[in-house]
Amino acid sequence: MAQPVSLAAPADRLMTPTMRVAKLVLLGGSVVAAIIFPFIFTNPAVTSIAVFTLLFVGAASAWNMFSGYTGYMALGNAVFYGCGAYFFANLASHLDVKGGVGLFAYVPLAGLFAGLVAIPVGWLALRTRRHTFVVITIAIFFIFQLLAYNLTGLTNGSSGMQLPIPPWNAATYNTYFYMAALVVAVVAIGLSWAVKRSGFGLELLAIRDDEDRAAGLGVRTKRVKLATFVLTGFVTGMCGAIYAYYLGSIYPPFAFEAIFDVTIALMAFLGGLGSVSGPVVGALIIEPVQQYFTLRFTGGGLSLILFGVLFLAVIRFLPDGIVPSLGAAFRRRLGAAKAAVDEPVSELDTLGSSTSEPTPEVNGGVPR
Amino acid sequence: MGTQISKAVVDGILTGGVYALMAAGLTLIFGVMEIINIAQGILVVLGAYMSYTLLTYLHIDPFIGLIFTMPLMFGVGVFIEWGFIRRLKPQNRTALSILVTFAIAIVIEGLLTQFFSSDLRTLDAWYVEKSLHVFGFYLPYIYLLGFALAVTLLGALYVFLYRTRAGQSIRASVQNRTGAELIGINISRVSAMTFGIGAAVTAAGGMVFGATNSFNPNSGYDLISRLLVIIVLGGLGSIGGALVAAVVALVIEDVTAVVWSPVWASTMFFAVLIVVLLIRPNGLFGRPEARVQ
Repeated sequence: MAQPVSLAAPADRLMTPTMRVAKLVLLGGSVVAAIIFPFIFTNPAVTSIAVFTLLFVGAASAWNMFSGYTGYMALGNAVFYGCGAYFFANLASHLDVKGGVGLFAYVPLAGLFAGLVAIPVGWLALRTRRHTFVVITIAIFFIFQLLAYNLTGLTNGSSGMQLPIPPWNAATYNTYFYMAALVVAVVAIGLSWAVKRSGFGLELLAIRDDEDRAAGLGVRTKRVKLATFVLTGFVTGMCGAIYAYYLGSIYPPFAFEAIFDVTIALMAFLGGLGSVSGPVVGALIIEPVQQYFTLRFTGGGLSLILFGVLFLAVIRFLPDGIVPSLGAAFRRRLGAAKAAVDEPVSELDTLGSSTSEPTPEVNGGVPR
Repeated sequence: MGTQISKAVVDGILTGGVYALMAAGLTLIFGVMEIINIAQGILVVLGAYMSYTLLTYLHIDPFIGLIFTMPLMFGVGVFIEWGFIRRLKPQNRTALSILVTFAIAIVIEGLLTQFFSSDLRTLDAWYVEKSLHVFGFYLPYIYLLGFALAVTLLGALYVFLYRTRAGQSIRASVQNRTGAELIGINISRVSAMTFGIGAAVTAAGGMVFGATNSFNPNSGYDLISRLLVIIVLGGLGSIGGALVAAVVALVIEDVTAVVWSPVWASTMFFAVLIVVLLIRPNGLFGRPEARVQ
């Protein structure tokens, strides 16, 4: 499966210092804009959509970190979302914590719990490949959903669990959740970027391109896959915890929701599978649309029909995703501009930017 | 307890047969096209609604109604394959096909909700309520008839696959898609036909499902999860495997309901898959997945 891989180095070589500065400014600007967003757009309806969007940015980035980089389609991440949510709810009720900013400190704990859950789940699922892997993640998802309904001692079954209500007033209520979600989203993106940049990321991409060959070249595939899976669980669990806190109560079908998995996959696909910013772009586009559909067309099947059609249109017309398509077009223009300035464009540059790299040679091809 | 367990086993076999029929279509689609048709669950529900409409508005008996619903569903299947699956580019086909079929499932679910609302329906016919009293068991007629239907259709499927040219081309495509193309088999036509067959059996399965359960558009999720478990349990691409797996899984589920508790029965159903995959990662009768070329 050949995929255009946007490794940083070759593209950077094509960029002038001015462009690099521009890229940093753009990045910094988005961060600042994200921070001041809820203070400018104070309408609670808007900030509510923003909270959900940020949670999905985090969850989609986490999904992409595993499924996008390794090529294993995991459709069971809702397991971690729900585990994070229920762990958080249990913690809050057992420790008898009052609602407030302090409760957010327990979110990373929920993430850790979800990460721990990911170890046996990942160990089990990663024994299989491709289609079997997808189905087993789906099966595990349904098992967890059923457990949520049946382990009433832990989850209260269909009656759900309540979370402490924070004592903030209506005007600023959403802002706290927005900030928490923003932190988690930034962590998710940061992890995603760090993984991609590192040698670890190269191993993951090698697994995606040709796993057996990667194993033959010395990549510890089992360990690498499991480690990434756990990271995904950690981030997704944190998103789930904030979700539960924001909703104020949690029930099995909302914590473990089938459409969740497909939504984050769609977001990553739309934005660009395997790229860091892809899932972010995808989430920023799709979640507000989904919220709008749900609000506008409640009850009937219309929201489902529209969502499904949107889904199909995305897959049909943007099979590579937005970010890689834009990136490729950008690099083509850069390449043309460079050639015009009479610099010899080395073969390595053009190879790296427009085709996929097969398994990188490690130690000159000699397995470790 | 003994009679209860025996009854559970018999129930499991009877319902297993019907699930086997639906799973057979799903695994056949996978075998030929290497894609997982997530829409299979909602297609079963669609089949149920079709039979429901024929019964409620035209007073056509569900079994007779199959004469209409099966070809109609065949057409739906062919349309889906031609319109969406065929257009997928070769790279990333696995992942994309899952998303595409899921999207189609969502659209169909939305359409059904629009036309029929979320109210629970069920198919009512004279034989749904009555049972056959044999050997101390009460076997509902609908289960027996449904099982008979499943066996008949599976038999017809076997005859088709092993005794006709068209069936032979399907089997060839399952064994080696590239090879089949090289010897002149029209893969597009085979794919469309396979998808059509896979959908047509859901018309039958849907009718029985609709008669034995109350359903609404949301029933698709539970169905597809079970069907997926069954085909992986049996081994992707193996129809015989799907048959065995369906019966085994459902018997275990029904026995668990009696021996342990109904609450944990569904969980057991999924747990069986996990247990089997630990021992045989490719399912009961599956072939090891070939290297991605």
